[in-house]
Amino acid sequence: MTLAVDDLRVYYRTLKGDVKALDGVTFSVSDGEIMGLAGESGCGKTTLGKSLIRLDGRMQLMGGTVSLDGVRLPLADERAMSAFRFKDVSIVPQYAMSALNPIRKIGRMISELLDSRGVSYRDTRPELSRRLALVGLGDEILDRFPIELSGGQKQRVVMVLSTLMDPSLLIADELTSALDVSTQKAVAEMLVEFRDRGFVKSTIVITHDLAVLYQIADTILVMYAGKLVEKAPAGELTRDPRHPYTRLLIGSLPEVGARISEKRLQGIAGRPPSLLDPPSGCRFRARCPLAFAKCVEEPPFVEIAPGRHAACWKAAA
Amino acid sequence: MSSAESRADLVATPEVALTGQGAGDVELGPRGKRFEALHFALRNTKLVIGASVVLAFLALALVGPLLTDATPFEFGYPLGQPPSSEYWLGTTAPGQDVFAQFVYGLRSSFVVGALAAAIASVIGMAVGFVGGYRGGVIDDVLSMLTNIVLVIPTLAVLIIVSAYLSVGSLRSEAILIGLTSWPWAARAIRAQTFSLASRDFVSLARLSGQGTARVILREIAPNMSSYLFLTFILLFGGAVLTAATLDFLGLGPSQVMSLGLMMNTAVSNAALQLGMWWWFVPPGVGITAIVGGLYVMNVGLDEVFNPRLRRT
Amino acid sequence: MLEGGSVTLRLENVTKVFRTGTFGGGATVNAVTGVTFDIRPGEIVSLIGESGSGKTTVGRMILRLTPPTAGSITFDGRDVSTLGGRGLRDYYGRVQGVFQDPFSSYNPVFKVDRVFEMIRRAYLPTVTGSEWRERRRRALEDVGLEAADVLGKYPHQLSGGQLQRLLISRALLMDIEILVADEIISMLDASTRIDVLNILGDLRDRGLGVLFVTHDLALGNYLSDRVVILQHGRIVEMGPTAKVFANPVHPYTRMLLSCVPQLTAKWDATTNDDPRAVPTNPVLQLVGDDHYVER
Repeated sequence: MTLAVDDLRVYYRTLKGDVKALDGVTFSVSDGEIMGLAGESGCGKTTLGKSLIRLDGRMQLMGGTVSLDGVRLPLADERAMSAFRFKDVSIVPQYAMSALNPIRKIGRMISELLDSRGVSYRDTRPELSRRLALVGLGDEILDRFPIELSGGQKQRVVMVLSTLMDPSLLIADELTSALDVSTQKAVAEMLVEFRDRGFVKSTIVITHDLAVLYQIADTILVMYAGKLVEKAPAGELTRDPRHPYTRLLIGSLPEVGARISEKRLQGIAGRPPSLLDPPSGCRFRARCPLAFAKCVEEPPFVEIAPGRHAACWKAAA
Repeated sequence: MSSAESRADLVATPEVALTGQGAGDVELGPRGKRFEALHFALRNTKLVIGASVVLAFLALALVGPLLTDATPFEFGYPLGQPPSSEYWLGTTAPGQDVFAQFVYGLRSSFVVGALAAAIASVIGMAVGFVGGYRGGVIDDVLSMLTNIVLVIPTLAVLIIVSAYLSVGSLRSEAILIGLTSWPWAARAIRAQTFSLASRDFVSLARLSGQGTARVILREIAPNMSSYLFLTFILLFGGAVLTAATLDFLGLGPSQVMSLGLMMNTAVSNAALQLGMWWWFVPPGVGITAIVGGLYVMNVGLDEVFNPRLRRT
Repeated sequence: MLEGGSVTLRLENVTKVFRTGTFGGGATVNAVTGVTFDIRPGEIVSLIGESGSGKTTVGRMILRLTPPTAGSITFDGRDVSTLGGRGLRDYYGRVQGVFQDPFSSYNPVFKVDRVFEMIRRAYLPTVTGSEWRERRRRALEDVGLEAADVLGKYPHQLSGGQLQRLLISRALLMDIEILVADEIISMLDASTRIDVLNILGDLRDRGLGVLFVTHDLALGNYLSDRVVILQHGRIVEMGPTAKVFANPVHPYTRMLLSCVPQLTAKWDATTNDDPRAVPTNPVLQLVGDDHYVER
C-alpha cells in the first residue's frame, strides 16, 4: 500500500482569522514503512495526523489531496470518510484510559464497535483472542471493566482494537509521551511487532521524541511551523542532519552520559512564528544561524541526496 | 500524569493546539475571553430568548405600578369583570384590580428571588469554598452539614416553620428560603474549588505566604466567576418558585401581594369553576415565564462560558 | 545567596501514607516510605523515578504543601513541620519551588508581574520604586530574560520556557538557598529545555542548592551532582551521579537505563532481573564511595 499526500493544507478557523497549521505538505509512505513524524508544539504534526482520519471542529481542508493505494480519501466528507476509518485508516489514541468507555465491559465495547462497522463480532472472535494472547492478555480481559485493568493492559487492549481490521495505515499520535520509560519501550516495540506480523501495513508515528523514533522508525519526517523541513532514513537523520533546524534540535538533546561540566548543550533561541500570519520565505530564517539573502524566498522540499529530502537552500551542499 | 492528561485534553481544542508554547498571540486572555464571551452571548438563541422574557417581566414589575392608580388590596372595583380597556386584566370576585395585583405581585417575586438567592449564595460560597479548599476534617464536617440540610424536605420544613412563625414580610420569607436552599450551591462550589485548589498557581500563592482567605478570594473565586454567576441565576429561579409555592399555600406574607397569593385567593374563591381565567392565568404564566426564562438563560450561559459546548 | 555552606535540608525516614474515604476510613496508599537523604546549597540532587514513585510527594513535603505521615524534615537544624506563621514565611524565604506545568502556575486572570508583587508584599515590603525595579531586572537577567519582553504581559502571551524562567527568577528575588524543581521542563519543547537546565547549572555554581525531580535519566545525568532513585516510594539506589550511572547496581536502575531511548544506540535485549521484587528486610547498603543500594 502507499499513502500519497499532495500539497495538503488544513487551517483552523478562529475569530482572529485562519491559523495555517498545515500549509502545503507533500510526502508518501510506502508499504511496510514506519514513518516517524517529529517536531515541536505548533509544527502541525498533530494536525496532519488528525486530518488523515478525521477533521474535527474548526479544522478546514483548504487544499491538497491524500490517496491511499490510489484511492482518494474524502477527508472533508465526514460520512464518506467513515467507510475508511478503522478498516483502512486507523488511529491509536494517546490516552488509553480515556479511550475506553468506563461503564462497558471490554468485550461488549468491542462488539458494539465492530457492529457499528458492519463486522461480525462472532466471526472476529478467534482472531481477537489470538491477538490478545500475542500481547500477553487472556480472554478473560473481555469480561472485565476498564477500571479493573492496569494502565499497561489498557494500552495493549487499545492497540489490539485499533489494528483488529488490519488497517493499511495506522496513525499513532503521541503514543509514548506520557508513559514511563519501561512502558514506552514496550509500546514502541509493539508497534514494530504489529508491522512485522502484518497486522498493519504502514504506520505514522507522531511524537516530539526523536530518540524513540530512532529506535523504531524506518524514516523520519521533521516538521516546523506547518511545513516539512527534512526527511531521511532514521539512522541518517540522527547521524547527519542536513537542515539547520534538525541539527540544532538534535544538538539540544542530552544523551545519557553527557554531563554539563563536560559539554554544555545549547537550545534554539527564539520562538516559532505565529501561524495566523506566517512570514514569507523560509519560516525558520529568523532563528537560523545559516540564514542568508536567499532565505526570503521559500526553499522547496526537494531531494538533496538519494532518499533524503530537505527544505533549505544550504542543505544541498 | 493526570496534569499531563488534562493538558492533553486542552491540546485537543484548536486554540491551544496551535499555540502550545509557540505562537502565543492566538490564545485569548481574560479581556479577549470576555469579548469572545460577549460575541457568543449575543448569538446564543437560548440566552437571548430567556433573558428577553425575564427582562420583559422585570420591566413590567418596575413600570407597571406606575401605570395604574389602583393598589392590589384596594376594594371597590366592579366585581368579577373580565379584561376590558378600563381594567386591563379585569377584576377579582371581591372587586380588586387584577392588573394592579399582577404587577405588584411581580415586584414581590423579584424581590424575594433576589434576596433569597443572595443569602443562599453567600452561605453556599462560604461553605463550598472553605470545605473545598481546606479539605480534611473541616471538609468532612462541612460536607456532613451540607448533606443534612440537603436531605431535609425543604418544603415540609418551610411549611411547618411558616405556620408557627407567621411570615410577615417578604424579607422573612426570603431569609427562610435562603437558609434552606444553599446546599446544592455549596456542593457545586466545593467541587469546583477542589479542582482549582489543585492547580499550581494556588500552591504558588501559598508558597508566597498568602493565607487561606486571600487564596480563596484572590486566586480561586476569580477563576470561577462565570460558575458563580450561573449558580446565582439558578438560585434566583428556585427561590421565585419556592416563594410562589409557599404563597399559594397561604403561608407567605398576607399583607404583601404576590403571584402565589393571587392564585391562592383565586382558588379559594372558586375562580376556576367560575371561569375567571383572568384571575389565575396571569400569575401562573408570570411565574412559569420567569422561572422558565431563568433556567433557559442558564443553559444558554453555560454554552457561552464553556467553549466546548458551542455549536459553531 | 550563600556560598557553599553547612545549611542542610535533611530528610530522615520520611513516610507519607494517603488515606481515602470520609474521616479516613478507606483504603491506604503508601506514597513514600522511609526516605532519607539531604541537599546542600551548591549542589544539584536529582530525584529520579517513574510515575507513582512518590517523587512529587517528596517535593511537596519539603515545600510544606503536604505534611509527612512520619519521619522528619529539618532545615538548618530546625524541624520544618513545626513551623507556622512567621516561621513558615521565613522558611519560604529560603526554600522555594517551581512546578511542572508553566501555564497552570499562573493565575490566568492576572498579568505575570503579579507573581513578583506577591513576593514583594510579603518579603520585601520596604523595597519600592526604582530600587524594586532594579532588583527585579537583575533577577530576570539571571535567568536570561529582558524585563521589557516579559513584564506587563499575561501568561498566555508568553512561552512555556519564558514562564518557567520567570518562576525561577521569582524564587531568586528572595535569595533562596534551596530550590525544588519538580519536572520543570517536561512540558517544554526540546529546544528550550536545555536552556532552562543550563540556568539551573549556573545557579548551582553560584551557590544554590537544587532538588531536581524528574523521570528523565538523561537530564538527571546531564545536570546533577548526586542522584537518588525512587521506586514505589522507596530509595533503591543513590550516590554521586557519575558513579551510579557508570556502575548501576540495583536491578531497577539498570532496567531504567536500558529502557531510555537514545539517539546513537538501539535498545538492546531486556534485562532479565525482576526489578519489581522488594527484599523482605530492605536496607540501604554502602557499595562504593557514597554509593548506596537497597538490598
